[in-house]
Amino acid sequence: MDLISHLVLGLETVLQFHNIAYCFVGVLLGTLIGVLPGIGPTATISMLLPLTFSLSPETSLIMLAGIFYGAQYGGSTTAILINLPGEISASVTAIDGYQMARQGRAGAALAIAAIGSFFAGTVATFVIALFALPLTRLALSFQPAEYFSLMVLGLVSSVALAHGSIIKALAMIVFGLLLGLVGTDIYTGAQRFTLGQLDLLDGIDFVAVAVGVFGVAEIIRNLENEPEGKSNIARISSLMPSREDLRASFMPIVRGTALGSILGILPGGGAILSAFAAYTVEKKLSRTPERFGKGAIEGVAAPESANNAGAQTSFIPMLTLGIPANAVMALMIGAMIIQGITPGPNVATQQPALFWGIITSMWVGNLLLVILNLPLVGLWVRLLSIPYFVLFPAILVFCAIGVFSTNNSPFDLYTVALFGLIGYGLMKLDFEPAPLLLGFVLGPMLEENLRRAMTLSRGDPSVFITRPISAGLLAAAIIVLVLVLLPAISQKREEVFQEES
Amino acid sequence: MNTRDFIGGAVIAAIGGFFAVESLWLDLGTAFQMGPGYFPLVLAIVMIGLGLVIMAGAFRTAPASIGSLVPLRGILIVTATPVIFGLVVRGLGLLPAVALIAFVSIYASRRANLGRAALLSVGLTAFCVLVFHYGLGLTVPLFGNWIG
Repeated sequence: MDLISHLVLGLETVLQFHNIAYCFVGVLLGTLIGVLPGIGPTATISMLLPLTFSLSPETSLIMLAGIFYGAQYGGSTTAILINLPGEISASVTAIDGYQMARQGRAGAALAIAAIGSFFAGTVATFVIALFALPLTRLALSFQPAEYFSLMVLGLVSSVALAHGSIIKALAMIVFGLLLGLVGTDIYTGAQRFTLGQLDLLDGIDFVAVAVGVFGVAEIIRNLENEPEGKSNIARISSLMPSREDLRASFMPIVRGTALGSILGILPGGGAILSAFAAYTVEKKLSRTPERFGKGAIEGVAAPESANNAGAQTSFIPMLTLGIPANAVMALMIGAMIIQGITPGPNVATQQPALFWGIITSMWVGNLLLVILNLPLVGLWVRLLSIPYFVLFPAILVFCAIGVFSTNNSPFDLYTVALFGLIGYGLMKLDFEPAPLLLGFVLGPMLEENLRRAMTLSRGDPSVFITRPISAGLLAAAIIVLVLVLLPAISQKREEVFQEES
Repeated sequence: MNTRDFIGGAVIAAIGGFFAVESLWLDLGTAFQMGPGYFPLVLAIVMIGLGLVIMAGAFRTAPASIGSLVPLRGILIVTATPVIFGLVVRGLGLLPAVALIAFVSIYASRRANLGRAALLSVGLTAFCVLVFHYGLGLTVPLFGNWIG
């Protein structure tokens, strides 16, 4: 039995005392730093990364996996409590999680996020153990046309999420894609849209954009109607989810886990796509879709599970192909290279103890996370009782340090200010920032695969519909778009109707 | 007419216009060998189109304006905070830079006063120095070369 022997090998590695101890320290530090408002998983991991340099490769990667889970949960915590997602996948959680927090149900949202993540982590560990090797072969059969169509599907699904106008969400995606292209063109070295700024040659910094459009813009908006009392959050009614909450969350967690496990394997956006897709699926399946965006617990349970399952299975393309699904995975690759490990097909075969050790450490990390965080939910929730005039300067200071520490570049801080203004302006004009950020990340990958696909087909665009997987993905994208547009049309009609009557 | 959507659409079309003009300076290439300007130009044209559709839609939907008052003081101080930090963090170092922006940023709130600003500045500076400098070993020096 390969499955059992692989998992046993992994557990033997992880359960050595020093490994599990470092995993625990990683989870603890990751959570503590990640929960600081304004410091997302990317900044958390880059700040904690140096701590692991002196350890052995196994131990350091196991500790990093712990930091990764802690930081991600910390990011979800700030997304839920103060609408400040540290990375895009958590921005889906923020939609309903923040509304739950405003209704005094922050504790339930945090607990469900932890429980969903643990369930997803457990399942995803088995999925990886079962399918890692065969799925690697499937992912290898992907050519640029498939990558391109997959990303189109992802972007279209994210439109389905927007509460407001579909056209406005599309405009935000295109704006995001264009912003993602700023910098040096990788093929020709031409400078694009840099306006002569040398600091823009490497493109606009992702963390700075995220902090600007979510963090800074949100602070300005909150200052419009500054609450007189303490915080603008309702009293906390209960810390733990009720039996009702658990029942409502069970199927979304299962579906989110399934979606996340599948989508996470696809390189180039696993965790992000799966969180968006899981949310969309729940909204469509729900008998009461109007509750979504207003504090539906399913809207927290599904994307948090999907995000975690996807983050875990996205280790497959990272470990086997060396393709990072997001900024965090890029940091993990950096850490592996520092440890002298080249991510690629050889890791699983030549260093099985390391490979399976990392995978089982994810499960152990998730377990430690639940043990650590369920008792601490009450403490995190207390963050909400800090008066806003203390909280927002703290967020700004942490954001400034977090952004500066990732690249040591003052320019990134000017980017934060600019995107804070842009984000606030867009908010005022009723545009949503989440699709912009997804477009921003996928922009360069989308263009690269489009160009490669077109070059491979000698300029013939039919390649996207003659290759079966690509055609299937594009067909799915069209179906999603039609489904989303139909109710929008009927809703518009209803609005007009009501005005006339 | 929906003023908010009309302005919103115009802004989107204008941003698309900027990217379109900038793309034209770049090599477009062909569909076979796309140049650096090809994909951005396509996107920019789509963006202009979407902006125009939003503007046209503004005539058909219910009126909505930009809405509540714009907090000018908040906008100015909140966006100035990261800029100030970027300008001084290298020269002054971490400790004075944090103390400065913590002190300044609280004035974005109408409930700020000198006592609160001073208290917050001291508290946040102590916390950040302990956590980021001593705890995490952030490489930014505590005091920069302007201080010596």
